[in-house]
Amino acid sequence: MTDRQGFFDLSKTGISRRTALKGLVATGTGLVAPGFVRYSQAQSSAPIKIGFQCHRTGIGAAYGRWYEKTTNAAIKLINDTGGINGRQVEVVIEDDGTDAGRGAEVVGKFANQHKTDIVYGTLFSNVVIGSAPAAGELKIPYYVVSEGYHVASGKLNRYCLQPGITDVRAQVTSVAPWIAANAGKKVTMVFPDYAFGYDHRDYLPPALKNAGAEVIAQIAIPPTESSFTKYFPQIPAETDVIYHVMVGPAVLTFVKELGEFYGSNGPKLFGFIDSLEAVDVNSPGLEYLNGSHFWEGAPRYAQADDSDAMKAYRAAVGIDDSGASTSDAKDVSTAAHMFGCWETLYVIKKAMEDSGYKGPEDRAKLIEATEAMTEFAEGPEHPQGKKVFNGKIHQVFGSQNISKLEGGKLTVVHKTSIEDGQYEPEADYTTQAL
Amino acid sequence: MTEGSSPARAYVLHLAVIAILVVLNFILPAYHHGLLARILVLATFAMGYNLLFGYVGLLSLGHAIFFAAGLYGAGLGVHHFELSVPVAFMAALACGAVLSLVIGLLALRTSGVAFMIVTMMFAQVLALAILYFAPLTGGDQGLVLQQQERVVHLGDTVLDLTNPMTRYMVALALFSIVLLLTLGVVRSRFGRVLIAIRENEERTRMLGYDTFANKLAAVVVSGVICAAAGSAYALLFGYVGANFASVQYSILPLLWVLLGGAATTLGPLIGTLFMYYVVDITSGYTSAYLLIVGIALILLVLFFPKGILGTIRQRWVRWLP
Repeated sequence: MTDRQGFFDLSKTGISRRTALKGLVATGTGLVAPGFVRYSQAQSSAPIKIGFQCHRTGIGAAYGRWYEKTTNAAIKLINDTGGINGRQVEVVIEDDGTDAGRGAEVVGKFANQHKTDIVYGTLFSNVVIGSAPAAGELKIPYYVVSEGYHVASGKLNRYCLQPGITDVRAQVTSVAPWIAANAGKKVTMVFPDYAFGYDHRDYLPPALKNAGAEVIAQIAIPPTESSFTKYFPQIPAETDVIYHVMVGPAVLTFVKELGEFYGSNGPKLFGFIDSLEAVDVNSPGLEYLNGSHFWEGAPRYAQADDSDAMKAYRAAVGIDDSGASTSDAKDVSTAAHMFGCWETLYVIKKAMEDSGYKGPEDRAKLIEATEAMTEFAEGPEHPQGKKVFNGKIHQVFGSQNISKLEGGKLTVVHKTSIEDGQYEPEADYTTQAL
Repeated sequence: MTEGSSPARAYVLHLAVIAILVVLNFILPAYHHGLLARILVLATFAMGYNLLFGYVGLLSLGHAIFFAAGLYGAGLGVHHFELSVPVAFMAALACGAVLSLVIGLLALRTSGVAFMIVTMMFAQVLALAILYFAPLTGGDQGLVLQQQERVVHLGDTVLDLTNPMTRYMVALALFSIVLLLTLGVVRSRFGRVLIAIRENEERTRMLGYDTFANKLAAVVVSGVICAAAGSAYALLFGYVGANFASVQYSILPLLWVLLGGAATTLGPLIGTLFMYYVVDITSGYTSAYLLIVGIALILLVLFFPKGILGTIRQRWVRWLP
């Protein structure tokens, strides 16, 4: 008597009109009976279920572990302070293996088996892009914490949102003026020869040009490379700054070989911390990075001017002043990115409250409520700082930190403005049907 | 072919399996329904692999290249050239056929370990080419095929491949065609020659058969089947990614076939189904699920050395094709 979606189909039952009327009367009686009231309350007070697509295994496991810790801390606080719309929040975790194919299956599992209200938490862009079609087809909101430009580019769908972390295009655009003004005018880029590196390759040169500097060489390193010395002669002698983005364990070899190549007379270094997330910056082999500068989303090390909200966030997540776990000093966090989980969960909370979210039937309203948001004030819910949200491209914008590595710790020397990273939107998801 | 084989029983069994899969379309819960659609496509990939590995005895470590040829052949056609779904599917088959013919002509000059290495190298070339031509292929991030691009117009009939029921039935149709085709091939004269090559290539050649031509034909048929699976994956699930061209996707069909039973027509389905559900269930309990998968594989090798169906055939049901 039900179709595949579980809907009752009277036409397939052979039930007579008289029987149907009797049923309606009985149902009406039931609706006003005390027993049904209890049932309704039980339904409305059932936990909101968030499906967390987690990189527990695979190349993203280090990030996944800290994303999970941050998520648990945020959810505990949300539940301790009354939950969402008076309901507790339950997180259901599935490992996607940092694999695009499995990621899509996991989205299906959340929507159809776990019956979660939304899916959240993905970092690696291939998993996000691989999972996006499934989220769109299943019409389940998919809140990612990925920092890739893929959401803002408009190539996904209306159910994919990134309201808690800025994208690489914005990050690169933000830091370019500081590099031009403080590090040097002639920049050589060293980046991985795959998509993450291409966002840097494509967006840094125009941003530097606007700031009065230029990229004089771009050196793409194949992802399978394990030794880098042969690439260093390609770095022009007049280079003022080497801009490096090397994701993965090869970064240790890269830094060591770079130090051996240049000695004490090399260009200045500016890097993205992504390579060193979950890695102690005082590890043997990284000495050559001393004195260099890094982009950080949120600072790994506690800063002298940390807000109370930032201090509370760090305590809740369980990281000490050096960004390592309070229970294990060797367990270094992915602090530059994982704040995005915290902030995304609070955006979800607000969007559910704004839309009066009750269940999966309100998913479209949830998307619209998120799209309607414009600003998030700095505070306990957004400890990294104030944000501006563009509902058309489903992307948040915020400030970035530029930190100097000296004395064995990273100290923030410059904070960009939100406007530094904003760009002209290239898409409008709100024109797509929900 | 096994002693006492019976064509009628074999066809009845295969049709019964297809019938069960049709019934499952209407009774499975939504999640398993979606998962089984994916498994049917990947089992088709495994059947293509099985044709070469199980029946000819050629162990390729580069079959991801054919799956990826289909995946990108269809995906790029739809994404960049706005091809219709049927045309993109045919283009993918053509990509698979041409690629398998070229690779077969070169790789079949080797045998044994050298064949494994050469096929793996070809697959690596394609995988790296996908990364190199990132502006076209989307690189390691891949491409999304939008929902409106995955609709088939057949006269007045519109098939929306994003609809779960349609998707399942299309995946099942592809699987069924390839299953019956495989059964037909392995029972044909051509199939018997392939098995003869596997058992003793020198003797087969001495009997007057052109073993190179037969092996090449097997590579092409296998490559086209794998390309069909890759193409279906792109069109049905909307994602075209470089991970499907990686070594992992050359090893997986080998694993699925070994598990289900090499040189059994239904073995690839059993192996794919088993592996998928072991991973799906165990990953819900522990992040060390690959350890459990490994233990399960060891137990299978110990108690089902010829794979699940291969051992069943050897011990109990000798007519299984």
